[in-house]
Amino acid sequence: MTSTPREITRRQMMRRVGLTALVAVPAAGLLSSCATSGGDSAAPSAAPSAAATSATNPFGVKADAPLEVVIFKGGYSDEYATQSHEPLYSKEFPKAQIKHQGIQTISQTLTPRFASGDVPDVVNNSGTDMLDGGALIGAGQLLDLTPLFEAPSIDDPSKKVKDTIVPGTVESGFGGDPAKPYTLNYVYTAYGLWYDAKMFEKNGWTPPKTFDEFKTFAEAAKSKNVVPFAYAGKNASYYAYWMILISAAKIGGNEILLNIDNLADNAWNADAVKQAATAWAEIGKYMDKSYEGLIHTEVQTQQNQGKIALYPSGSWLESEQAKDTPAGFEYAMSPTPSVSASDKMPYEAIRAAAAEGYVVPAKGKNPQGGLEYLRVMLSKEAAKAFTEKTKSLTVVVGATEGMTLSPGLTSVVAAQTAAGQNVVTYSLFETWYKELETELRKQTNALMFGRISADEFCANMQKAADKTKADSSINKQSRSV
Amino acid sequence: MRHGKLTPAALRKYGFVVSFLAVPVLLYVVFVVWQYIQAFQISFTNSRGISPNFDYVGFDNFTQLFQDDVFWAAVRHHVVLLLAMPLITIAIALFFSFLLNLGGGQRNGRMVGVRGSAFYKIVFFFPQVLAVAIVGVLFQAILRPDKAGVFNSALGAVGIQPVGWLIAPNLALWTIIGVMVWQAVGFYVVLFSAGMASIPKDVFEAASLDGAGRITLFFRITIPLLWDTLQVGWVYLGIAAFDGFALVQVLSVDRGGPDNATTVLPLEIWRNAFTYSKYGVASAMGVALFFMTLTFAVLTLRVTRRERIEF
Repeated sequence: MTSTPREITRRQMMRRVGLTALVAVPAAGLLSSCATSGGDSAAPSAAPSAAATSATNPFGVKADAPLEVVIFKGGYSDEYATQSHEPLYSKEFPKAQIKHQGIQTISQTLTPRFASGDVPDVVNNSGTDMLDGGALIGAGQLLDLTPLFEAPSIDDPSKKVKDTIVPGTVESGFGGDPAKPYTLNYVYTAYGLWYDAKMFEKNGWTPPKTFDEFKTFAEAAKSKNVVPFAYAGKNASYYAYWMILISAAKIGGNEILLNIDNLADNAWNADAVKQAATAWAEIGKYMDKSYEGLIHTEVQTQQNQGKIALYPSGSWLESEQAKDTPAGFEYAMSPTPSVSASDKMPYEAIRAAAAEGYVVPAKGKNPQGGLEYLRVMLSKEAAKAFTEKTKSLTVVVGATEGMTLSPGLTSVVAAQTAAGQNVVTYSLFETWYKELETELRKQTNALMFGRISADEFCANMQKAADKTKADSSINKQSRSV
Repeated sequence: MRHGKLTPAALRKYGFVVSFLAVPVLLYVVFVVWQYIQAFQISFTNSRGISPNFDYVGFDNFTQLFQDDVFWAAVRHHVVLLLAMPLITIAIALFFSFLLNLGGGQRNGRMVGVRGSAFYKIVFFFPQVLAVAIVGVLFQAILRPDKAGVFNSALGAVGIQPVGWLIAPNLALWTIIGVMVWQAVGFYVVLFSAGMASIPKDVFEAASLDGAGRITLFFRITIPLLWDTLQVGWVYLGIAAFDGFALVQVLSVDRGGPDNATTVLPLEIWRNAFTYSKYGVASAMGVALFFMTLTFAVLTLRVTRRERIEF
């Protein structure tokens, strides 16, 4: 089965972010039982001998140690690895032989190899048939990537790797208990309000920076027979709740979202959530009722036809709509408006998340090489090649300098630069607690289409969160960053 | 045949019959009955479907169910479906099949249907040929809530504002019932037509000679003589009213919405099992559904039992 980049980025991304970041996934037992059946050679099999470390070789990679790389050959294909990342590694270690495998059935191919202890050194764990990250962590099969993020960057040895990538990337790969980074999520996705820059230019509009401006803008759009804001209630109400959650975080800081993820008492009754819900419900009044019965592609097409001004989505939107976008339509993304003057995060803050995981198996023959390979990936040169090959941004900051990007990606980069450290965190309850998430979809539609008030929205969500918390059959997870 | 003695001939005979029955019965037990039994077992566990290890939790899943608003919303919808869907379907199907078979009055001394009835019979059956998923997709376009929908653009032509067929919480379930009726009517027209064809024509002719009009014919002759077929139709439709999964899944807002307005038990079973990984709760719902369907079938057969009219 082949998948297109847009399929991957949109829905699977959510799952992927969750799966790789998951901690005590219940399925841990499944794989560990597999692992035990393969003989208990679990003891770090003769810790692969390492060479001396140096500034340019921080992990002490043996110059002639072969490296085996397994890449998921899906929407991004594997050319970025064979034509850029692997040659870059070879340039550092010309004597190292690289064995490359581009496959789609990651889990089917690699599970038996993990069980028998003969594992590759780098795995791009992705696709429908990805390995269960939580289970691998539980079985001690993955290497803690902390040394990678603490190592000096290739581009600027005075900086640590973790300081050259988008904030939140390291945390997005957290797993295990206590939580450590096991996964490098490489692809960067930003969320905000999308619009047609050309249309705005023609009408002399600018994306609203506050909700007061939003209302003025909405009236202006209405007078031109354009729906100011719309989303698809039938299958994509989560696009709308993302906006509410982002606003809540802007008002009260990321801890509002952490509390929600951690099922903290009265997390949904927080003032920030109430204010955010109130603000968005006001905007919902400008939507036609019919949007509740449409699916995302139908609404996106309406935007392409110039009937909708602002649409909530993520940075996959431009490539998802590429076929339907008429000439003269230029996608651009703006942050969500500020709710009040006392918001904790500035208007420029955006929600961003990293996805598409890369892991280093703990029991490989050349784990130092695996870490080094990831360090190479996080160099600007490698990241630039990835964006060129896949039309997707990476988590490497400033990697697109000097590149010609599509209008949409250009505006994402601009928004990313403007946001700086002000990044709204990705909500993990979306994958941790599906019942809560299902309820949020329902309540979001009810709120945005005017059937309930913001107070009822918060009360209903709190009730659902309390129910999840009290349900002993649901495994609880927690996060601190 | 004498009982108690298994002569070689009798053995051969039984062996012959058993050999025919054994394989289907075995397949049925392994692939159907066993699953039912397992669902009962799992409904008392906290199974999450991803591990063979689970604990027995007694009636916990059922208590959880009975406190769940969504479960009761689904049950209420089944009650509405059960009252409305079979009644509307049977009424329409009876009316059509009467017209197709007897509605044309006497011709050459025989009762006939309206002109072109052979053609209509085929047309009415068309929806039955379509897979339910296709029906769902078709009606998605027909019921689209904005002006691009088939119904709403027709309404717009005469100046009526678009109707939110599937997005108005009070209307959505009835819209789905409408689609179910549309799909079912054709089959029951054919079923009732076959029933009517088996009623001797001279009964109608005699009544007709005595001066009975079409309405009297329908209520005094057709319905009583068609009772067995009606009863079968009622049970079938009632059981269908406990389903509705595919149509609700494809047509409704956010699968069962808006605000749980269209959800049905099979959909909630599916959601609990595959979205929430709560196989225990899902199985408990399945058990509840099993008893509801069983109760309905038994009640229907009891209540509608009548003296059989021999002819």
